[in-house]
Amino acid sequence: MRKFFLIAVPYLWLLALFLIPFVIVVKISLSDVAVARPPYLPQFDWADGIRVFLSELDFENFVFLTSDDLYWKAYLSSLTIALVSTVLTLMIGYPIAYGMARAPGEWRPTLMMLVILPFWTSFLIRVYAWMGILSQEGLLNQFLLWLGVISEPLQILNTNIAVYIGIVYTYLPFMVLPVYAALDRMDTSLIEAAEDLGCSRLTAFWLVTLPLSRNGIIAGSFLVFIPALGEFVIPSLLGGSGTLMIGKVLWEEFFSNRDWPVASAVAVVLLLILIIPIVLFQRNQQKQAEAEQ
Amino acid sequence: MTEVTAPWEDPDQKPLIRFENVTKKFGDFVAIDNLTLDIFEREFFALLGPSGCGKTTMMRMLAGFENATSGRIELGGKDIGSVPPNKRAVNMMFQSYALFPHLSVWENIAFGLKRESRDKQAIAARVEEMLRLTRLSKFAKRKPHQISGGQRQRVALARSLAKAPKLLLLDEPLGALDKKLRQDTQFELMDIQEKTGTTFVIVTHDQEEAMTVASRVAVMDEGKLIQVATPDRIYENPGSVYVADFIGDVNIIEGQARPLEEDGQFEIMWKGAHDPLHAASTRTFGAGQTCYLAIRPEKVAITAEKPTAADNAVQGKVLDIAYLGNLSTYHVELHNGVIIKAQSANTRRIARRSFTWEDQVWLSWTSTAGVLLDK
Repeated sequence: MRKFFLIAVPYLWLLALFLIPFVIVVKISLSDVAVARPPYLPQFDWADGIRVFLSELDFENFVFLTSDDLYWKAYLSSLTIALVSTVLTLMIGYPIAYGMARAPGEWRPTLMMLVILPFWTSFLIRVYAWMGILSQEGLLNQFLLWLGVISEPLQILNTNIAVYIGIVYTYLPFMVLPVYAALDRMDTSLIEAAEDLGCSRLTAFWLVTLPLSRNGIIAGSFLVFIPALGEFVIPSLLGGSGTLMIGKVLWEEFFSNRDWPVASAVAVVLLLILIIPIVLFQRNQQKQAEAEQ
Repeated sequence: MTEVTAPWEDPDQKPLIRFENVTKKFGDFVAIDNLTLDIFEREFFALLGPSGCGKTTMMRMLAGFENATSGRIELGGKDIGSVPPNKRAVNMMFQSYALFPHLSVWENIAFGLKRESRDKQAIAARVEEMLRLTRLSKFAKRKPHQISGGQRQRVALARSLAKAPKLLLLDEPLGALDKKLRQDTQFELMDIQEKTGTTFVIVTHDQEEAMTVASRVAVMDEGKLIQVATPDRIYENPGSVYVADFIGDVNIIEGQARPLEEDGQFEIMWKGAHDPLHAASTRTFGAGQTCYLAIRPEKVAITAEKPTAADNAVQGKVLDIAYLGNLSTYHVELHNGVIIKAQSANTRRIARRSFTWEDQVWLSWTSTAGVLLDK
C-alpha cells in the first residue's frame, strides 16, 4: 500500500502537470478557430453529449500545416539551428569540462561556481546584455573598431549568428556539467595505463578518455538540443526577420494571429519531433544506470 | 629453475636497472633521497615499506610517470630519464588494475599490442596465449565489471605481460584480494614470472607478501633504502631495529654491551636484571655501548622448569596468550617489567595446553638465537 502511494505521487504530478494540459492542447489542435472566448470551437456541452462533441473535432489544422511551407521550413530551420548549436556547445563545453576535471582539487569548487554563476541572473537580462554587446554600436563592434580589425561595424545582432551565440552561451552549462561529471568520475590511472601500453597523449585521449565520457556527451547534447529546438526568447530577441524558428512561429500563431487551434497543432507536432530524442535520452540514462550497478 | 642464482653477489653481472644517486623532490618534500640500487635480470624484486616511504615513487620513475630531480636511472645500460612512458620496454600493473571499462577482456589484453602495428593474426595469437597463461580464456568476451576481483587482477597481469616487457612493475597487485585468494595468487605470480623470465619489481606494504614472492627485498623508509637482501637474510639478519621490527614479530631488548674474552661474544646488562644476557655477534661493540638484542618469538623456548645449560634463561609470568591455531604466542612479563613474546607450536589439543594465565614460566634462548644491533 505504501509502495503504491510512493509511486502514485510522481504519477499524479505527471498526470496533473503534463498529461492533462497535453490532452487539452491536443483537443484545441483538433478544434476550429472562432471569434469567441476562448477563441475556438467546439466547447464541450453536457446537453449535446460526447458524441456530438467528438464529431466536431477534425485534423484540419494538421492538414493546414502541410499546405503552407512556412511550417515545415520553420521545423527544418529549428532542427538545423538546434543541431548546429549542440555541436558548437559540445566543441566549446568539452574542453571547459576537461579543464575542470583535470584542475587541482582545490580549484574545482570555484570553477564549478563560475559555470553555475550565470544562473543567478535572470535569463532575460542575460539575453538583453547580449543585445548590448552585439548591436551595431555594441561593445563588440566598438572593440573591433578600436583594434582596427574592421572599419565598418558588423551586423551581428538580428542574424542567425547572434542566435547561435545566444543559444551556445545560454546552454553551455547544460553541456559542461554532465561531461564534467563523466570525466571527473574517470580513474586517471586509466590514462597512465594507456600511455604505459604505448599510447601517445592524443591516442590515449581518443581511445580512452573520449569513449569513457560518451555518456556525458550524450546527456549534455540532449540537454542542449531538446530545449534549443523549441527556443523562443533567443531567436526573437537576438535573431532577425530571417531567423525562422518554430518557437517564434508558435508565439505568433498564439498571440498575433490568435489562432489557437493552429498554434496547438504546431505545438503537438513539435512535441512529436521531440519525443524521439527524449526517448533516446531516457534510454541512454537507463543504460548508464545499469552499467554502474 | 635449474639452480638458485644470486646475480647481486657476482660483480661481473650487469644490472638490468640501475638507480644512481637518484633524488626526487615534490616541492620541499624529499620522496627519494639520494638512492642507489641495482636490480638484475629475472629478479623478483620487492620494494617494501610503510605508506609514504617512496616505494611507489620509485616505481613511477621506472614507468616514466615521474622524472628524477637529480641522478640517473638506467635500464639495460641506457639512461631512460628522458624516455616517455609509451616508449619504454616497461609495463606496469596498476594498483586499481586500471582496466578499460569500455573494452572487453580480450580487447584490454590486445590494447598494448595494437599500438605496435603488428598484424592481426599475431595479435590474436598473443592474446590467446596470455588468456591461457592467466586461465581467462572463458572470460575473453566479458567486460571488466562482469568478472570477479581475482579475475580482474589476472586480466591486468595479462595485459601488462602481453607486450613481453623487459621489466614488469606491480603496484600493490594483490591489495584488493582477500587473504586466501592473495596467497594463491602469490604463487601464481611466481610461477608466471618463472615461465616468462620477465624481471618483476613489486611494490607492497605487506611484508608477508614480499617475503613469499621476492628473490630480494628492499626495505625502505623516508625515501631511503634501509636494507636490501634476500628474504631469509632480512628476517634472520636484519641490519637495524627498524627492519627487525618491520618484518615479522620481534622482541627488542635494550641494554649495554660488554665484550667477553672470546671473540664475538657479548654480555648485555639490561634493565634492572641481575644476570646479564649472552649474545654472539659479528659486529663490534665497545664496553658500555648501547645495543639492542632482537629476538624472534619462535626462537624463545617456554618451559615450566628452569632449563639447564641454556645460554639465557629468565623467569616471568604469563600475561596473555594469543591463540593462532597452529601456534600460540605467550606474552610473558618478567620481574623487571619487560614483556617478552615466546611462540610455540600447538602440537597438542588446546585442552591439554601446558600453560595458562598467571603461570610462572621460564623463557630461554641460545646466544646465537638473536641478533645484536647497534641502531
